[in-house]
Amino acid sequence: MKRVGVFICHCGSNIAAAVDCEKVAENAKSFPGVAFSTDYKYMCAEPGQDLIKKAIKEHKLDRIVVASCSPRMHEPTFRRCIESGGLNPYLLEMANIREHCSWVHPDDKERATFKATELVRMAVAKVLKNEPLDKSTIPITKRALVIGGGIAGIQAALDIANAGHIVDVVEKEPSIGGRMAQIDKTFPTLDCSACILTPKMVEVANHPNVNLITYSEIEKVEGYVGNFDVTIRKKARSVDMKACTGCGTCYQKCPSKVPSEFEMEMMDRKAIYTPFPQAIPNKPVIDRENCRYFKTGKCGVCQKVCPTNAVDFTQEDELVTERYGAIVVATGFDLFDESVYGEYGYGKYKDVITGLHFERLINASGPTMGKIKRPSDGKIPKNVVFIKCVGSRDEVKGKAYCSKTCCMYTAKHATLVREKIKDSNVYVFYMDVRTPGKGYDEFYTRTTDQFGAKYIRGRVSKIYEKGDKLIVRGEDTLLGRPVEVEADMVVLATAMVAKSDAAKLAQMIGFSYDQNHFYTEAHPKLAPVETHTAGVYLAGACQGPKDIPDSVAQASAAAVKVCGLLSKEEMPTEPIISAVDEAICAGCGMCVPVCPYKAIDMKVIQERVHGKTISRKVATVNSGLCQGCGACTVACRSAALNLKHFTNEQILAEVDALCL
Amino acid sequence: MSVKEIPQNWEPKILVFACNWCTYAGADLAGLSRLQYPPNIRILRVPCSGRVNPQFVIRAFQRGVDGVLVAGCHPGDCHYVTGNYFTRRRYLLMQRLLQYVGIDPERFQARWISGSEGPKFQQVVNQITEEIRAMGPNRKLRDAQ
Repeated sequence: MKRVGVFICHCGSNIAAAVDCEKVAENAKSFPGVAFSTDYKYMCAEPGQDLIKKAIKEHKLDRIVVASCSPRMHEPTFRRCIESGGLNPYLLEMANIREHCSWVHPDDKERATFKATELVRMAVAKVLKNEPLDKSTIPITKRALVIGGGIAGIQAALDIANAGHIVDVVEKEPSIGGRMAQIDKTFPTLDCSACILTPKMVEVANHPNVNLITYSEIEKVEGYVGNFDVTIRKKARSVDMKACTGCGTCYQKCPSKVPSEFEMEMMDRKAIYTPFPQAIPNKPVIDRENCRYFKTGKCGVCQKVCPTNAVDFTQEDELVTERYGAIVVATGFDLFDESVYGEYGYGKYKDVITGLHFERLINASGPTMGKIKRPSDGKIPKNVVFIKCVGSRDEVKGKAYCSKTCCMYTAKHATLVREKIKDSNVYVFYMDVRTPGKGYDEFYTRTTDQFGAKYIRGRVSKIYEKGDKLIVRGEDTLLGRPVEVEADMVVLATAMVAKSDAAKLAQMIGFSYDQNHFYTEAHPKLAPVETHTAGVYLAGACQGPKDIPDSVAQASAAAVKVCGLLSKEEMPTEPIISAVDEAICAGCGMCVPVCPYKAIDMKVIQERVHGKTISRKVATVNSGLCQGCGACTVACRSAALNLKHFTNEQILAEVDALCL
Repeated sequence: MSVKEIPQNWEPKILVFACNWCTYAGADLAGLSRLQYPPNIRILRVPCSGRVNPQFVIRAFQRGVDGVLVAGCHPGDCHYVTGNYFTRRRYLLMQRLLQYVGIDPERFQARWISGSEGPKFQQVVNQITEEIRAMGPNRKLRDAQ
């Protein structure tokens, strides 16, 4: 026989002024299962809590209803209270007779008292079906995975490693460094990008706690916070990493030339290559699609010239599975495909290039050794036009969002052109100039005032070739008249977009992304580096357009979250989760796609039926992943799934109690 | 008593399924702000509006509730990412089912009320209470009494 104790709180006069608390307590005595009922001025205060604890002992109560304020306020208080009174904390229900009753019905004591009585009756009906629940714990693997070896990934890995945890960094390309390695100078200080990046690359490569896994991709992710089982595909490098000394003889002798992705195809690399001279690891890989040996079976020059016999054509992709406690996703961004803007002639005219091409053009180790030369004929351009918002802030052809970095990098490019080519003219077509950030607006002001870049507010409607010039036609909306510029080179500030395979990775790990395929943070303000999947964090431009300082800051923030998680041996799990009644589960699998956390899997169980052993499929809930939303319980046709603490029976009991 | 006759002192009884993260908090805020509304509603806390099984709604009508409101986070703001999208679809289907069995589908409503929308909670409760009052007592589906 269950014995419920009901405790009605006056909350001073907050409740008692509108609700007759003595009467509610009196009425509650007649509810089924109620063994004791009383009221008190302040139930949450120490004497009130003592009253509850004493009543549990004296009246042998095994379930408690407290009618007071919102459970969002004091449920933890009263759970602790009954726990110290010797009951399981989940054998408590609260009736909210303050926020939902006395405060909103101050002028009708009779009906407010009636409503409070009904709310208490619902709570009593529910608590009769409450089950004791226990918090369980899951162990935490003290190893972190960082996906992406750009500046965000490097920073996150360094911070986690410096805190004393082991980190693996998985990078798709043959070298870490990411986009920042391609950039020449950084705004607003005009630091050389390589000068500040490469020391970090060396630091992360030499850190005893960091393992770099380059030229590798994530193949499969299973498990949950604290225990992710990640399968990594180590692509065949065709070069033995242990034997190779990085001498570079192989790529000097290789006869196959391929446009270099790192140099934005403005320069060639070989089929056996390192992406750039400062690559880490500075050991080449063979691009099998373009290698003469893999295409024709004849060649093998690299193998012949290698002094350490490191070239190995027989290498195969290797799959390794590791267990990690936490994952930082720092996969970065791609550039918008600007060829959709046919009027700008990108792809048609060689001298219409993107900002990233321009970065390589002005880089001392780039295709022109740092001299700004037109890609078409190598002449030094005199008139350079920059067009901003190419793909950004354009709902029709591009993306609706602002790419955030273009205003600043265009100002940087304009400054560098004026600095390097003294008699040059720089024109910038813009929609708005957005320069929030420390020292950013000052930089932009210098670009116009000190370096004399001419900013024209308006869009470009057409670019066409005339002789060896590009005629840029646009509108100056401030003067309200058309303008025409005879340009030698045009640089497009293309939008930052999510990686083309961003959605695939998100689906693999199991977190959400927005309509632009940028990864969604758990809360836009209060949880900007977490995802909805516990143990998975975001850093850098994979979450949205970001410049280097923002990416680094977010990476450090993600690292702190990882360190917080890995500092514990095990973590408690909330017991209010779904559970499967295997006896009635039909194994239809309807619940699997409904779960937003990928917490439900199908498993095969063995059963003895009529003396025979049969095996059948049933659903199973992963307690580490389930967050207790209950979506699966509604999808379940046979009601085999139930949400603990909010079971079908409990809710129906409340509905019934309301209608007595 | 004739079926059409409305008993004296009849007051509509409305069940509100409120999601813990948005609407329950919105109702708390209405209380904190002392926004008054008629005492006809009974709030039942669920973790997510997507937890509300249509079976619960049918049971409520069977037991004599005059109206049911399911309220959760705004679309896109669900604490559990996608729960309220299921609610939205079920709500539309449920209204058609109710119409089919002869219950005024307007007796069942779904609304999106966030944790910061105390005034909206008050306005929704006022509006629904008046609408249900105008419809009179729910006599369909009721268990024999």
